[in-house]
Amino acid sequence: MDVGFSSLRSEAVGAVRTAMVSAENLQLTLKAELSQEEQALTHIRSNPKEAHKAGNEDLKEMLESSKESLKLEAMKRIVGLIAKGKNASELFPAVVKNVASKNIEDPNQFIRASALRVLSSIRVPIIVPIMMLAIKEAAADLSPYVRKTSAHAIQKLFSLDADQKEQLIEVIEKLLKDKSTLVAGSVVMAFEEVCPDRIDLIHKNYRKLCNLLVDVEEWGQVVIISMLTRYARTQFTSPWKEGAMFDENNEKAFYESDSEEKKGHTEEKPYIMDPDHRLLLRNTKPLLQSRNTAVVMSVAQLYWHLAPKHEVSIVTKSLVRLLRSHREVQYIVLQNIATMSIQRKGMFEPFMKSFYVRSTDATHIKTLKLEILTNLANEANISTILREFQTYVKSQDKAFAAATIQAIGRCATNISEVTDTCLNGLVLLLSNRDETVVAESVVVIKKLLQTQPTQHSEIIKHMAKLFDNITVPMARASILWLIGEYCERVPKIAPDVLRKMAKSFTAEEDIVKLQTVNLAAKLYLTNSKQTKLLTQYILNLGKYDQNYDIRDRTRFIRQLIVPSEKSGALNKYARRILLAPKPAPVLESSFKDRDRFQLGTLSHSLNSKATGYQELSDWPAVAPDQSVRNVEIIEASGSDSEEESSESEKTSSDSGKSSSGSEQSSSESELEQKKKKKTKKVPQKKSKPTAADRYSEIPAVCWSLRASFFFPVTTSSFGPVKTYELLHHMTGKGLAAKYHFPRQPCLYQPSMVAVQVILSNSSDHSLEEIHIGDRSPASLSIHCFNTIERLEPEASVTVSMGIDFSDSTQAANFQLCTKEDQFSVSIQPAVGELLMPSSMTEQDFCKEQGKLQGMNETSATITMETANASSQAISKQVLSVANVGVVSSSQNNFSRFAGRTVSSGALVLVSLELKESSTALLTINTEKTVMASMLLRDIKQALTQA
Amino acid sequence: MIHSLFLINHSGDIFLEKHWKSVISRSVCDYFFEVKEKAVDPENVPPVLQTPHHYLISIYRGKLFFLSVVQTEVPPLFVIEFLHRVADTFQDYFGECSEGVIKDNLVTVYELLEEMLDNGFPLATESNVLKEMIRPPNILRSVVNTLTGGSNVGDTLPTGQLSNVPWRRAGVKYTNNEAYFDVVEEIDAILDKSGTTVFAEIQGVVEACVRLTGMPDLTLSFMNPRLLDDMSFHPCVRFKRWESERVLSFIPPDGNFTLMTYHVSSQNLVAIPVYVKQNINFFETGSCGRLDITIGPKQNMGKTVEGLMVTIHMPKVVLSANLTATQGNYTYDLTTKVLVWDIGKLNPQKLPNLRGSLSMQAGAPKPEENPSLNIDLKIQQLAISGLKVSRLDMYGEKYKPFKGVKYLTKAGKFQVRT
Repeated sequence: MDVGFSSLRSEAVGAVRTAMVSAENLQLTLKAELSQEEQALTHIRSNPKEAHKAGNEDLKEMLESSKESLKLEAMKRIVGLIAKGKNASELFPAVVKNVASKNIEDPNQFIRASALRVLSSIRVPIIVPIMMLAIKEAAADLSPYVRKTSAHAIQKLFSLDADQKEQLIEVIEKLLKDKSTLVAGSVVMAFEEVCPDRIDLIHKNYRKLCNLLVDVEEWGQVVIISMLTRYARTQFTSPWKEGAMFDENNEKAFYESDSEEKKGHTEEKPYIMDPDHRLLLRNTKPLLQSRNTAVVMSVAQLYWHLAPKHEVSIVTKSLVRLLRSHREVQYIVLQNIATMSIQRKGMFEPFMKSFYVRSTDATHIKTLKLEILTNLANEANISTILREFQTYVKSQDKAFAAATIQAIGRCATNISEVTDTCLNGLVLLLSNRDETVVAESVVVIKKLLQTQPTQHSEIIKHMAKLFDNITVPMARASILWLIGEYCERVPKIAPDVLRKMAKSFTAEEDIVKLQTVNLAAKLYLTNSKQTKLLTQYILNLGKYDQNYDIRDRTRFIRQLIVPSEKSGALNKYARRILLAPKPAPVLESSFKDRDRFQLGTLSHSLNSKATGYQELSDWPAVAPDQSVRNVEIIEASGSDSEEESSESEKTSSDSGKSSSGSEQSSSESELEQKKKKKTKKVPQKKSKPTAADRYSEIPAVCWSLRASFFFPVTTSSFGPVKTYELLHHMTGKGLAAKYHFPRQPCLYQPSMVAVQVILSNSSDHSLEEIHIGDRSPASLSIHCFNTIERLEPEASVTVSMGIDFSDSTQAANFQLCTKEDQFSVSIQPAVGELLMPSSMTEQDFCKEQGKLQGMNETSATITMETANASSQAISKQVLSVANVGVVSSSQNNFSRFAGRTVSSGALVLVSLELKESSTALLTINTEKTVMASMLLRDIKQALTQA
Repeated sequence: MIHSLFLINHSGDIFLEKHWKSVISRSVCDYFFEVKEKAVDPENVPPVLQTPHHYLISIYRGKLFFLSVVQTEVPPLFVIEFLHRVADTFQDYFGECSEGVIKDNLVTVYELLEEMLDNGFPLATESNVLKEMIRPPNILRSVVNTLTGGSNVGDTLPTGQLSNVPWRRAGVKYTNNEAYFDVVEEIDAILDKSGTTVFAEIQGVVEACVRLTGMPDLTLSFMNPRLLDDMSFHPCVRFKRWESERVLSFIPPDGNFTLMTYHVSSQNLVAIPVYVKQNINFFETGSCGRLDITIGPKQNMGKTVEGLMVTIHMPKVVLSANLTATQGNYTYDLTTKVLVWDIGKLNPQKLPNLRGSLSMQAGAPKPEENPSLNIDLKIQQLAISGLKVSRLDMYGEKYKPFKGVKYLTKAGKFQVRT
C-alpha cells in the first residue's frame, strides 16, 4: 500500500512540474505569436494526428475528479493541446483550482513550493485573490524553501496587480523577520521591488541580516548588501568628517592621518562609529574572498560608500583579482576602478602594472585601462607610464592609439614637469604615417598650447608647415585655430596660410570653413594691411555657402570686424572680443562625474540614470534614533548586550512558528518534524559546520573607534616574518633599508637565498641611482637588484636579491650606494634561513636519518615551555626559526621536520621526541655539523621560551 | 531582475529564447545587432547596452552571445556572473557549450533555465543541486524517457538545497575513495623587446576532484602558504581557519570543483621559463619582410618546457609567410592573419628557430609596429611560484582515501613585445 502511495506521489510531482511549464504556455497561447519555447515543446511532444475536440468539458471533468490518475491524464492532454498551439485558456480556472491550489497543501514541501511557483507564474488577473491567499499561507509555512518561494511570488503578484501593495508589504514585513538564510535574499529582493522606501521595516531586522549575511546564498548576498548600503547611508553619520583631514583628494593627509590625527585634532569632538555601522563593515569583509564576482564588487562598493576613508583600500586587492576573470567582468570592474582612481590614486597605484594593456585586449578594455593609468599618473611614476604609452601609440588598433594620445595630453596638463617632454613627443607624432594619429596629436597639441601659450611659436610654425599634408578636418581646423589665436607670434606664416585657405575654401569641410572665417577675422584685426582683401574674399565665399551655420557666422563676423554705420558699438570691441585671452580647456577624465552614481550599478556603467535606480542619500547630519534597531526579545540595557541579543537571536531558535531548526530535515520526514516541533525545541547543535565555523566570528564587543584605528590586514602571512634592519636612516642620510627572508626559491640561482629588501627614503629630497656596489669577500656571489633610478621622499620600494651564503652564517657584506654616497651594510642570515623545506614521507625520513648517525647527529634534551607542548605549537615555533617542511608523523610524541641547505642541498633532519613533563629530545641529523649545532641552539631557544 | 535571455550564434541568428516574466519581442535584439555590426570583433561589443525601454547585458562565450534583457536597475556584474554560470552549467551538462549541443538538448536546456531563475532571480545555480533535480542526459535514459514518456526532472527537493552544506549531497558512496588536487599556475607576463620583464604575475588555482564516501572533512596545508597574496575560495572553505592557521579546511563538494584561486604577490619576482630572441623586419621597399625567432630555456627550475607555441597576429598587409622551422610546424591563416608556430617540447641542446621571409601587399606602406608574440607553454610537475602542498588530512570518516597532488605551470597571457 505504501509503495502504491509513494509512486502516486511521485507522479503527482511530475504533474506539477509539467503544469509549471504549461502554466507559462497557457498564457502564451493567448498571444497569437508562437514563442520559441512552444516551438520546442511542439517539436517534442506534438502528435499531429490527434484532433482537437470541440469541447474541453471532458478534460474539465477529469480535473474535477478525485482520482489523482485522472487529473494526471488530463494534465498530459492539456499540455498536448498547448504544444500544438491550441487555445487552452478556458481550462485555466479548472487547472488552477484542482491541480495547482490542491498541491499547495501537499505534505511534501517540494510539491508545495512548486505548486506556488506554478500558481504565481500565471499572469492572469482573475487569480489574484487565490494567489494572495496562497502567498500568505506559504509565508507561514514550516519549510523555509516554501517561504522562499512565497517571497518570489510576492514580486510576481506585485507586477500583476500593484493595488495589492499594502497587503504584500504585510507579508514582506513578516518574512523579513524570518531567520532562515534561505529566505533572506529572496525577501530583500521582494522588498527592493515592492517597497524600497519602507526603510522602517529594516530597523528591527538589520542586525540579523548582517549576521546572516555570510551564510546567505551568493545572489542573495548581492541584493542584501546593496540594500544595506542604502540603509546605512540614511541611518549613520558620516565616518569621513575628520575635518579637512580626510578631504577626498588629499592623498597626503590620507597617509599621514595616523600621526597628525593625534596632534592636531584631539580637541575636536571625536567621531564614534555606530556599532551597527561597524557590524556591517565587519561582516561584509570576508565576502571579499567570494568566488562570485558580483559579491566582491558589491562589498567593494559598500566599503567605498560606507567605510572610513582609510579602510577603503582593503578592497583593492580583491578588485584587481577580478581583472583575471571574464572579459565582461573586467569591463565592469575597470569602469568602477576608473571612477575610484580619480578620487583615490593611492588605492590602485601599487597595482599600476595590472592595468598595462595587452595587444589582445578588446578595445573597450584597452581604453578603460588607459583611463585608469592616466588617473594614476603622478610625478613619481609618470616616466614609467609615458614609456608604456609610447608602446601603445604604435598599436595597430588606431582608435586605441588615438585614445593614448589624448591620455598623453591629459598627463601633460596634470603634471607640469612633463608638459614639455609630452609636447615634444606629440610633435614628433605629427610626422607619423597614420592620419588618425596625426589628427589626434594636432588636437591635443592645440589644447596643450592653449594651457601654455608662451614661447611655442616653433611648434605652431612646424604645424603650419605640415598643414598641407593633413587631411583630417578636425586636425586642419585645430591648426587654423591655433594660427589665428597666436597669429602675432607667427606674423609671416599666418597670412600665407590664409591665402592657401582662400584657394581651397569651397572644397573644405564645414568645420574647417568656420575656422578659416575665424582666422580671417583675427588676421584682419591684427594685420589688415596684408589680409584685407583675402578676408573680404573669404567672407564673400562664406556668404553664399550652402551651410547656414557658415552663412550665419560670416554675416556675424562681417558686422563685427568691418566698420560700417550700422555696426556701431560692438565694432569698437571687435578685437577684444575675438582676441580675448581664452581659458584653457580642462582635459579631464570622462569618469569625472560618474561618482554621482552608486558604484557597481547599471546606472554607473551606463553613466545615465537607469529605470528604478535608487539614489544613495547623503549622510544625515545627526544620526536618527539608534534604538530602533534594538530587538525586543531581550531588554536592551546597553549596546554591548544588544550585540549579544542579536547574536543569541541568531543561534537560538525560538520555539514559535518559524522552523529554522527543521531546515535540514529531509522532505519526507517533515510531517514528523512538525509534531516534534510543537512539543520541544529542536536542539541547535549540529555536527555539520555552521556559519561561524566558516567565517570569522562576530565579536560581541562593541567597537567604538577612532579614525586612528587601522583595520587588521586581511592577509597577514602565516607565522611572523622577521624583518631586520640593514641600514638606519640616520646613518644612511635618509636612506633606510630593511630586509627579510621571503623563504621562496631564488629565481636567479637555486643555490642562492632569496632576500627582500625594503628601501625607503626618509629624507626630504629624492634619492637617485640606488644600487649595490663592492662586496666582501670579493668572491661572494650576489644577484643584485636593478638600479633604482629615483626614490621620492617618503616613498619606499621593495626589491629582491639573491645571495649565495655557501651554507655558512658568515655575513654578506656589501655596499649600498646612492648617486652621492656609499654605505657599508651586511646581511647576516640566521641559520634556519639557509634551508629550504623538503617534503618526504615518514619512512624516508627514518631511512635518511639512519644514514646520518654518529658524528652527523647532534642532540640535546630540552625543557619546553608548557604552552609549546602541543605538536601544533611545536611546528609553529620550529617553522618560525627554520625554513623546513613538516613531515607527517604517525606517532603522537614525535614531530619531524625536513629541509635541505640551499647552497649544497645537504639534508637537514630535525626530530623532536616528547618525553614526560614537557621535556623533549631534540635531534638534528645532517652532515653540516656546524649548522646543526647552531640550528639546535636556535630551535632550543624558540621552544624553551614562551 | 533578469527578464529574458536570447542565445545568438556567430552569424547573428537567435536560436533560443527564454522569458522569465512576460514575453519580450526578439526585435529588442536589433539594437544589439546594430552595435555588433559596427564592432570589428565580437569581443569588442560592449557588455552593457542601453535601448529606449530595456537594457541589454551580454556575454560572449564559445562563439555564442548570451544576451539578457533587463528592465530596471540591477548590478551588471550580477547578470554577467549569472550568464557565465549558465554557460558553465551547459558545459558541465553537455560537455561543451555550442549551438549544436544546445539545440540537441533543448528540453534539458529549458528545464535548466527554468530551475536556475525564478521570476528573474537566481534560484538554484549550484551544479550539485541542479544535477539532483535535472539529470544530465545520457543515451540510456533518453531512450527510456522516449518510450515511457518520463522526463529528466527529479521529483524530490535536492537535499543540498536545504542543508547548510548546500554544495554536497547526502549519501555519497564510492568503492574507491580518492581525492586529487591539481595546482595549476599561470604566468601572466609582458616582456619588452629586450626581454626585460615589464610586468609579470602568477595566478594559481587549486582544482580538486574528490570522490569520497560520506561526509569527509578535509584539511589541506601548504609548505609555504606565505607566498599566497590574495585568494578567493569555494564557499565550502572555512575562512576563519585560513585566517588563523593558513590551512584550507572544508567539507568538499562531490566530484570536480575549484577549491581556491590565488594570486602570488607581485612583489615577489616571477620566474620566466623561456627567453625569446626575435627579429621581425619589414622593409621600406620590395614589399617584404624578415622574421627570425629563437626560443630558449631560462628559469625553468630544471624541468622540461612542453607544449610550446607561438602565436602572432600579423599586420593586415602581410599576405603570406615563407618560413622554415627547425622544429615543429607553422601555419599562417590568410584570412585572420594569424601565424601559429607549434613547437612542442623545448630541447635545450637544439633551440627551435623559425625564420624566413614575409611577403606584403605591393605598394602598401610598411607597418609601423611589429606584431607582438603570444607564447603558450606548459611545465609538468612544477608550480612556478614554489607553492607546495604539504599534507591532506581527513576527519569524520574512517576509511583511508587515496590522495594525489599534481602541479602544472602554464603560460597565461604571456606576451613578448617586439
